[in-house]
Amino acid sequence: MFELLGIPPQALFGQLLLGLINGSFYAVLSLGLAVIFGMLNIINFAHGAQYMLGAFVAWMLLNYLGIGYWWALIIAPVLVGIIGIVMERLFIRRLYHLDHLYGLLLTFGLALIITGVFKQNYGVSGLPYQPPPLLAGGRNLGFMYLPYSRGWVILASAVVCFGTWFLIEKTRLGAYLRAATENPTLVGAFGINVPLLITLTYGFGVALAGFAGVLAAPIYSVNPVMGENLIIIVFAVVVIGGMGSILGSIVTGFGLGLIEGLTRVFYPEGSAVVIFVIMAIVLLVKPAGLFGRTA
Amino acid sequence: MMTAESTIAAPAVVQSGTHGMPRHHVYIFGGLCALVLAAPFFLYPIFVMKILCFALFASAFNLLLGYGGLLSFGHAAYFGMASYVSAHAAKVWGLTPELAILSGTAIAALLGLAIGALAIRRQGIYFAMVTLAFAQMVYFFSVQAPFTGGEDGIQAVPRGNLFGLFSLADPLTLYFVVAAIFLFGVLLIYRIIHSPFGQVLKAIRENEARAISLGYKVNRYKLGVFVLSATLAGLAGATKAIVFQLASLTDVYWTMSGEVVLMTLLGGMGTVFGPMVGAGIIVTMQNYLATAGDWVTIIQGAIFVVAVLLFREGVVGVLSKWLRKPL
Repeated sequence: MFELLGIPPQALFGQLLLGLINGSFYAVLSLGLAVIFGMLNIINFAHGAQYMLGAFVAWMLLNYLGIGYWWALIIAPVLVGIIGIVMERLFIRRLYHLDHLYGLLLTFGLALIITGVFKQNYGVSGLPYQPPPLLAGGRNLGFMYLPYSRGWVILASAVVCFGTWFLIEKTRLGAYLRAATENPTLVGAFGINVPLLITLTYGFGVALAGFAGVLAAPIYSVNPVMGENLIIIVFAVVVIGGMGSILGSIVTGFGLGLIEGLTRVFYPEGSAVVIFVIMAIVLLVKPAGLFGRTA
Repeated sequence: MMTAESTIAAPAVVQSGTHGMPRHHVYIFGGLCALVLAAPFFLYPIFVMKILCFALFASAFNLLLGYGGLLSFGHAAYFGMASYVSAHAAKVWGLTPELAILSGTAIAALLGLAIGALAIRRQGIYFAMVTLAFAQMVYFFSVQAPFTGGEDGIQAVPRGNLFGLFSLADPLTLYFVVAAIFLFGVLLIYRIIHSPFGQVLKAIRENEARAISLGYKVNRYKLGVFVLSATLAGLAGATKAIVFQLASLTDVYWTMSGEVVLMTLLGGMGTVFGPMVGAGIIVTMQNYLATAGDWVTIIQGAIFVVAVLLFREGVVGVLSKWLRKPL
């Protein structure tokens, strides 16, 4: 086998695959944040907790009701989305007339409550989630071994990202949504129920987080703190990409995952901080973010 | 960051303190001094010192949020890193406690300068996310760097002799040193708030575009208050390391950043005395719930939600409105 800069290709492509998987999660989560931010103008700090909720709902469906992974992929995001809708109706709605920072503080508090409740009941050691039989095994691609479960995560995230982009950029509903982002009063005057649209948008963004959680369940363990550190990295991803564009979030998410994977090959000590370093560089060079529209 | 309808703001009555301290502030500071001096004879000194450290930390944070209008979600970085350096200086370099605390504070200032210079390039919630992300970077650095002791932290930090003369092993001596640092810190913050610099800060917070049009170099003011806030947060962290003889990952983790936001919010952001009250409440609560495990997190989350929804002015903010005097 050939070697690249002294790194065996199996290791290189293995890390790139892991990077691409992390990138999938960055993409789906930052996409959800961007969708919510576009409409509600708040940063949803509870996004990590909602991602964790998705994984836990999948675990509960399997262990308490015997409902498997494939159904969980549909049911869990819907349930988590409904929880999000309830949160929006009960709490977040009351803050729209205030400074956006209050939304951040409120969702931070909600995240603490959700995470705390699950820590109290399930501990932090993590629960295993058996991958479905269809995803067991893998295929040798010659230059690397591709476990199906990992390939599936990348495929599913790519499809969901594309679907979201299509929904927002190419459908009538998406057009309403974009219009309401620009000028809610005017869109309301045309007879569109903007508050409902806002609620549904939040629910959708949260459902995306829940979906990412279900995808994460078989490859990482199901753990109350699984979203805590991830969400901070996703914040950095969002700062790097800027939240102005849907496609931008997706590209930035996958791209940074790959860069992180490469760093793990060539300079493992730096892999935990590489995204933050990139964020610093982007702030110096293009403060609005790579795809950001406004400064 | 704040637009015209700035809602994270001090009570509407903002009094220029250029002619010295208003009388009721003199009384309150007098009462505070008396309280601080009397407290160790009634309460467990370590507990009071913990409150003093966090009260200073929250006051430093409030300088940035309440008066600069900048929400940093990463103040644990300065608090925690100062705590590490102070502990390392006292234990490994064998410095006297005042020099150890000073070196911790200096590191916090440098870190504040580096992170602040980058963070002020973005505004509003982006600013919050940037500061949080950099603080997480500092956390990852602390996990990996050899001098921090990783998961164990730096333990058994010697308290040493102040100026090489007075042994801080005696709890009361230590207490009065910490009390002096605390009072110095909060009076300095008071002075900054009521200086011309502080007045410009408030102007920027209320209407940044107007401040720019009046010819103020807004970014220099923002960076200035960021560094001051980080430095004083560092002073609190460095002192805490000497008091508890411990520097650990808890102090540099994002939960600590969240806690200081909560203390300030609960006490009343943009008030002089609010953060101290908030720190007192939260530390006392943690003390009584120490055995309750994750309930502390849940309750803190619930306080956040209630404070944001119903109680945005905080304890002292409400009191100030009621008395019609800025506190």
